[in-house]
Amino acid sequence: MGKQTHLYERHVAAGAKIVDFGGWDMPLHYGSQLDEHHAVRSGAGIFDVSHMTVVDIDGADSRNWLRRLLANDVERLTAPGKGLYSCMLNPAGGVIDDLIVYRQQGPGYRVIINAATHDADLNWMHKTAADFDVSIGERTDLAMLAVQGPEARATTAPLLPEGLGEQALGLESFESLDAANIFMARTGYTGEDGWEILLKPAAAGKLWDELITAGVQPCGLGARDTLRLEAGLNLYGQDMDMQTSPLVSNLGWTVCWEPGDRDFIGRPVLEEEKRSKGSHRLVGLVLEDRGVIRAGQRVVTDAGDGRVTSGGFSPTLECSIALARVPSAAGEHCEVEIRSNFKPARIVRPPFVKQGQILV
Amino acid sequence: MSEVPESCLYTKDHEWLRLEDDGSVTVGITDHAQEALGELVFVELPEAGAGLGVGDACAVIESVKAASDIYCPVAGEVTEANASLTEEPELVNSSPYGDGWVFRLRPEDAKALDQMMDAESYGRFLAEVED
Repeated sequence: MGKQTHLYERHVAAGAKIVDFGGWDMPLHYGSQLDEHHAVRSGAGIFDVSHMTVVDIDGADSRNWLRRLLANDVERLTAPGKGLYSCMLNPAGGVIDDLIVYRQQGPGYRVIINAATHDADLNWMHKTAADFDVSIGERTDLAMLAVQGPEARATTAPLLPEGLGEQALGLESFESLDAANIFMARTGYTGEDGWEILLKPAAAGKLWDELITAGVQPCGLGARDTLRLEAGLNLYGQDMDMQTSPLVSNLGWTVCWEPGDRDFIGRPVLEEEKRSKGSHRLVGLVLEDRGVIRAGQRVVTDAGDGRVTSGGFSPTLECSIALARVPSAAGEHCEVEIRSNFKPARIVRPPFVKQGQILV
Repeated sequence: MSEVPESCLYTKDHEWLRLEDDGSVTVGITDHAQEALGELVFVELPEAGAGLGVGDACAVIESVKAASDIYCPVAGEVTEANASLTEEPELVNSSPYGDGWVFRLRPEDAKALDQMMDAESYGRFLAEVED
């Protein structure tokens, strides 16, 4: 048996199929992964993502340390509440994890990292923080819900404590608020509008129940994976890892190069890689034949071979899509080797789907 | 607990077979198998006329999770594949022993069916694997 979130009993009662994910017993689906996927694209769905790790950073050097630790620059967070997406790199420019960091009131920040990388991330944080006046505090006392879909915010707002709903509806993308023991951000992992909400377990259970009563679809990790794939969002450990840099992971846009004297970890190696124009890039694939692309399959392009990093069936496109790392010079067409058959696919720029619209 | 009809025979690969009145054998995957695979999104079928040996990978079933082979349980010649599955692979989920059948073959030797598990044996086998 693995670790369980505070909502575990609710998942079991709702008929969830439970699977292990990074040491956690998590819901895979509650009956139909496809229905859950469509609910998020057309209405609203709710995910228990309490397995994710929340780390609060405090102390006088918080800003300086994060500017060294992260490839994106927290200096861009011009006001408390604002958040940004970043990679945390090793000295070789490989991705230790991807995360979202929010600026809080005062000198502190809140960082949300992946569950499966918990130990490696915290070890690295503590190691790099040795010469800085910062405290690194994990928040295991909070549950985390993600409510996602075009109707997610409107459905959730009336269920929030007095006055909070209106304030939350005013949040722009990647902005957060922290009030009445609830932290909310207008973020997600689905390509749809919505919020990610951190709150005490009892309040999380109550909000979960009220959202279900309001008709919001409970969604498991299965739908979470197909939604994020359609949204062109990388999954750590699959589309990127310690051996790949952000530049070959379609995340060059998250690396903040200016000012040139900000010495973030991994910078010299990334600069060299940038100068040499990089040999590979992470692209999207749309299969033009029947079948399903899976991670690990070979991609044959006019510029050489590549490899599928994530693949599956897209419920929105009703065909198979994938993310693949291919030679930078690859053209618009390729073939994917699926069980000894070579099937034609189009090379596209992710996302495949955003806010219900097919973009490829 | 998954459904195990008396009218079928079974393999350890969680496939079922049913001897039809005309001597042909219908093959599909069991309720347990479809449940374990999850929702199906694609089925690749064998072609009518194909000659198959025991254990030949003759069809592919892809779910939202993974791809799985279907192995031919008895040697013979494929007489028909369930073309409905091309457009509606989910029939395997909703009706694994009915509209979700996969293919039919004419067995080389009907005695080969004697090697299969009956419903009771398969039920016991399932009780072990589902434990």
